[in-house]
Amino acid sequence: MSRLAAHPLFVPLLIAAIVLACGFGLGSNFYLRVATLVWISALAAIGLNLLMGFAGQVSLGHAGFFGIGAYTTAVAPNVLSISPLLALVLGLVLSAAIAFLVGRPILKLKGHYLAVATLGFGILVSMVLTNESGLTGGPDGMTVARPELFGLRIRGVDHWYWISGAVLVLGAWLAGNLVRSPTGRALRALHDSEVAARVVGVDVARYKVVAFVVSAVYTALAGGMLALFNGFITPDVAGFLHSIEFVVMVVLGGLGSIFGSVVGAAILIALPQALSAFQEYEHLALGFVLMAFMIFLRKGIVPSLVALVWRGSK
Amino acid sequence: MAEFLQFAFSGLTVGAVYALVALGFTLIYNASDVVNFAQGEFVMIGGMATVFIAAVGVPLPVAALSAIVVAMIVGLLLHRLAIEPARGADAVTLIIITIGASIFLRSAASFIFDKQFHTLPPFTGDTPILFGGAAILPQSLWVLAGGFVIVILLWAFMSRTILGKAILATAANRLAARLVGINTSYVVGLSFALSAAIGAIAGILVTPITLTRYDVGTLLALKGFAAAMFGGMGSPIGAIVGGLIIGLLEAFGAGYISSEYKDAIAFIVILGVLFFMPTGLFGRKSVERV
Repeated sequence: MSRLAAHPLFVPLLIAAIVLACGFGLGSNFYLRVATLVWISALAAIGLNLLMGFAGQVSLGHAGFFGIGAYTTAVAPNVLSISPLLALVLGLVLSAAIAFLVGRPILKLKGHYLAVATLGFGILVSMVLTNESGLTGGPDGMTVARPELFGLRIRGVDHWYWISGAVLVLGAWLAGNLVRSPTGRALRALHDSEVAARVVGVDVARYKVVAFVVSAVYTALAGGMLALFNGFITPDVAGFLHSIEFVVMVVLGGLGSIFGSVVGAAILIALPQALSAFQEYEHLALGFVLMAFMIFLRKGIVPSLVALVWRGSK
Repeated sequence: MAEFLQFAFSGLTVGAVYALVALGFTLIYNASDVVNFAQGEFVMIGGMATVFIAAVGVPLPVAALSAIVVAMIVGLLLHRLAIEPARGADAVTLIIITIGASIFLRSAASFIFDKQFHTLPPFTGDTPILFGGAAILPQSLWVLAGGFVIVILLWAFMSRTILGKAILATAANRLAARLVGINTSYVVGLSFALSAAIGAIAGILVTPITLTRYDVGTLLALKGFAAAMFGGMGSPIGAIVGGLIIGLLEAFGAGYISSEYKDAIAFIVILGVLFFMPTGLFGRKSVERV
């Protein structure tokens, strides 16, 4: 069982099975909608987990990249008259470029200095999106043009369910491969000890930037997909609270666990929807969960469960 | 010139509030190495609790004192229930805990109080004082004077009392402090309570000018943090100077450049400071704990 679980295809196939089961099992459009939001958020969470869980670098501003992805997808068709799908790709390129430029100086910082620098970056992005209302519609948000693929307008919930599900499986598979590659080993080495990593010849600064850029692209892709799926976005997508929600997904599911990111996203997105009576207490619960997990279950849900099963099977 | 003076005074007034938030940060950071993102919530609690306690008929000064006590209790609970159990965790873990606490407190405040904006009456009326063509609110003078008094009292407490010296000793070296018989856990708790009180007083002083609401703490905490970093993390003088400078930059930026991006100035300062002089204005050159 443990050898099966260690196979590179285990996690992507597990996620694919869940996507298929939910796709055929969830009858109503409402549930499909929620599940689509979970897949999209999970993609962003996997991206952030590559940075936080594997490279050990915190980012409290990742919603900034989410917002860049979403707003490029929304704004570029109006300004450059390109198709929304091309705009989405442009958003990824732009995010990667910004992550590269910002990442080089920022990632020299450590601990709470890095946390505050990334937080400042995220807030600056959301301020630009709020204030440049000529392009973005300001705090009220803007509508997003629907994409066309081979003459077919993609707009239904079921379309986006399968697209986001497929992208998530692909994203999980690529992330898994990255983690297992020499780059991934270098990242984990610098997570454990930067000094030791440097001693064995890892170019610490370069690998940190690589992790930052890759995670930014994952998050921007999620943002672009959300914009196209919803057809409407507000600057809240780039807000401080959204950045924190991504951190909670990663921490809740488990730092360094790709499947954990999906679990974390599912809990954070689906639970408030399922318990609509508690929606008002959502932030109260968010704050509480954040504290409780960081104090008592620092490893997160999936790694803790795996450890439990391992102990049981011995 | 009148315009310049006007911007300078409004900048110094908000800057004094940032300075007090930054001072609260510094106090907790020095005693426990915790960067407390819930610092802005103390400011919110100070203003909101005063409004709501006064609303049931309690005289304003008593309401203000009770609000300070409420904030201190919250500060102590934060230390006892969230920080103490996570002792030994790394900086980022502690940051996430205090962010969780901040979201929790903000949300709790929206239930206990409400989601409206509230204000307090100015302490000594609202007839502006004319000075060189600029109109200064009497409440601004209260904020500046209040901030000044707090700084003096805190300095006296730290350098003249045994308890204050115990805080300094714990900040310098926790193990050594414990070896000479200081109950460091008690001292760290005390620094949380003191820091909460300073934040709450700032909130009470400034609410007549800027209004308060359950969610005003976030931006205040971030700007206070920017001020603390600008001044040099851990330096009380740096916190005060940093706060005043950020307040002034914001006021002049809003007046002469763009009022829309006023709030961005603090973050541009943070990023600039981190890139070009990571230790800040008054920061220790190298901090090595052995």
